[in-house]
Amino acid sequence: MIDVQTWIAAFLTLCVFSFLYRDNPFYRFAEHLFVGAAAGYLLATQYQNVIRPNVIGPLTSGTADAQGILLTLLPAMLGILLLLRVHPRLVGPARWALAFYVGVYSGIAVTGYLQAQVLAQIADTVKPFGEGWKAVDSALILVGLLTVLAYFFFSAPHTGVHGAGARVGIWFLMVAFGASFGYTVMARVSLLIARVQFLLRDWLHWIPGGVS
Amino acid sequence: MSWARRLLGVDRRIIFIFIGLGTAVPLLLPVNLPITVTPRVEAAYQTIDTLPEGSRVLISMDYEPDTMAELQPMSIAIMRHCFRKNLKVIGMTLYPAGPGLVEPAMRIAAEAEGKTRNVDYVFLGYKSGFQTVMIGLGESLRQQYPVDFYRTPLDSIPVLRGVDSYAQIDLVVNLTASSAADYWIQFAATRYRKKLVLGATAVMATDYYPYLSSRQLLGLVGGMKGAAEYEKRMDLFGDARRGMDAQSLVHVIIAILVILGNVALLAMQRSGEGGGPAGPLGGPR
Repeated sequence: MIDVQTWIAAFLTLCVFSFLYRDNPFYRFAEHLFVGAAAGYLLATQYQNVIRPNVIGPLTSGTADAQGILLTLLPAMLGILLLLRVHPRLVGPARWALAFYVGVYSGIAVTGYLQAQVLAQIADTVKPFGEGWKAVDSALILVGLLTVLAYFFFSAPHTGVHGAGARVGIWFLMVAFGASFGYTVMARVSLLIARVQFLLRDWLHWIPGGVS
Repeated sequence: MSWARRLLGVDRRIIFIFIGLGTAVPLLLPVNLPITVTPRVEAAYQTIDTLPEGSRVLISMDYEPDTMAELQPMSIAIMRHCFRKNLKVIGMTLYPAGPGLVEPAMRIAAEAEGKTRNVDYVFLGYKSGFQTVMIGLGESLRQQYPVDFYRTPLDSIPVLRGVDSYAQIDLVVNLTASSAADYWIQFAATRYRKKLVLGATAVMATDYYPYLSSRQLLGLVGGMKGAAEYEKRMDLFGDARRGMDAQSLVHVIIAILVILGNVALLAMQRSGEGGGPAGPLGGPR
């Protein structure tokens, strides 16, 4: 029996691949269909998972007390205020909601960021050297940290000892970018492999499938 | 026109054919190149492997179809590992399109290891808002998710009996393609001091090495390669291992093309022909 979903997915995959030859109506059809379907799906999901349980549910269930209704209406009002940006004369009230959101978000983010990304990382960087190869690792991290910081310190001219450090820092940056780029290539190839796997296995049944 | 100029001006569609063949042929004729398990993946494996039977593992699978190639095999392998060790799995996703991938992944892993929904695992579904959910889980799981993905009240699900916050969870695993990892590190690992293992796309992987060193992450599975290593460690042959032959061959092809391009460029510069390709940036003419 023909699996219609698989055939549609295979057709759309080939439509997208056709762009490799050149831009064409099949590619544009798949592209527009994807954008439309994704937007529709997102709208429906957000309504079902955010608006309905958090706004409509509490207001229509009849179980919420005055405080509960207020705690539902206030965020809903702020959300509606955000949408007023579409009208040039109502940008002001839209900023109130934005200011509230930025304030709350900053309050949450600053403490979390400081704890996890700053303090914990500094503590790890300044810990005593280990033994054997771990000492080499620690030394490399220390030299890398100082020289890369030297490179990004633009308030002083990159001359003398500072300049030499900055030049070493560039090498550390190049190695880091190289590793990152290698991983990026791998990620893109992985996407291609998955699509080709889908075509050869799920659609054409030329290769065995499943986890074994 | 010299060979170097012709080489640099080659139609890019010829390169696409090479890459396409390099991907398809190893999938059709696999040679199963050896895979070495790196310390990062081994650490992730050991973190799960050493948990006592019955421990609760919260797995947040925060990805969508655009990155499923790397993260779906990872999810299945890690969940199968949990099930083999008789750990209780609590699955969730913070991405709207996540349930369509996560729900089948949980079902595949559970069926493969003979586990039952609600007894051995639960899927909570999608919830909007990274930070609010992560902070909320520190207070009450039931406030965040009154019902699971199938609309079953949490109180009637046996696997969640006695579980209502991070305090009753032994390990958090985040499989993600986004900055959700940063927030799991900030809130679950740092604020609530939970053990955290990260599975990330290859693009992201290098950004999270510092967190391994600081022990904010106890293991890191990066991209399809990491997933293949995990499958190897589990003695499974899933989509990640199946794809690694193609991954290796395509990398060899790309490396050869880069070397050839550079040799041709040098040859042109030495012969005084200049450094530019014959066509507009080597594109189709």
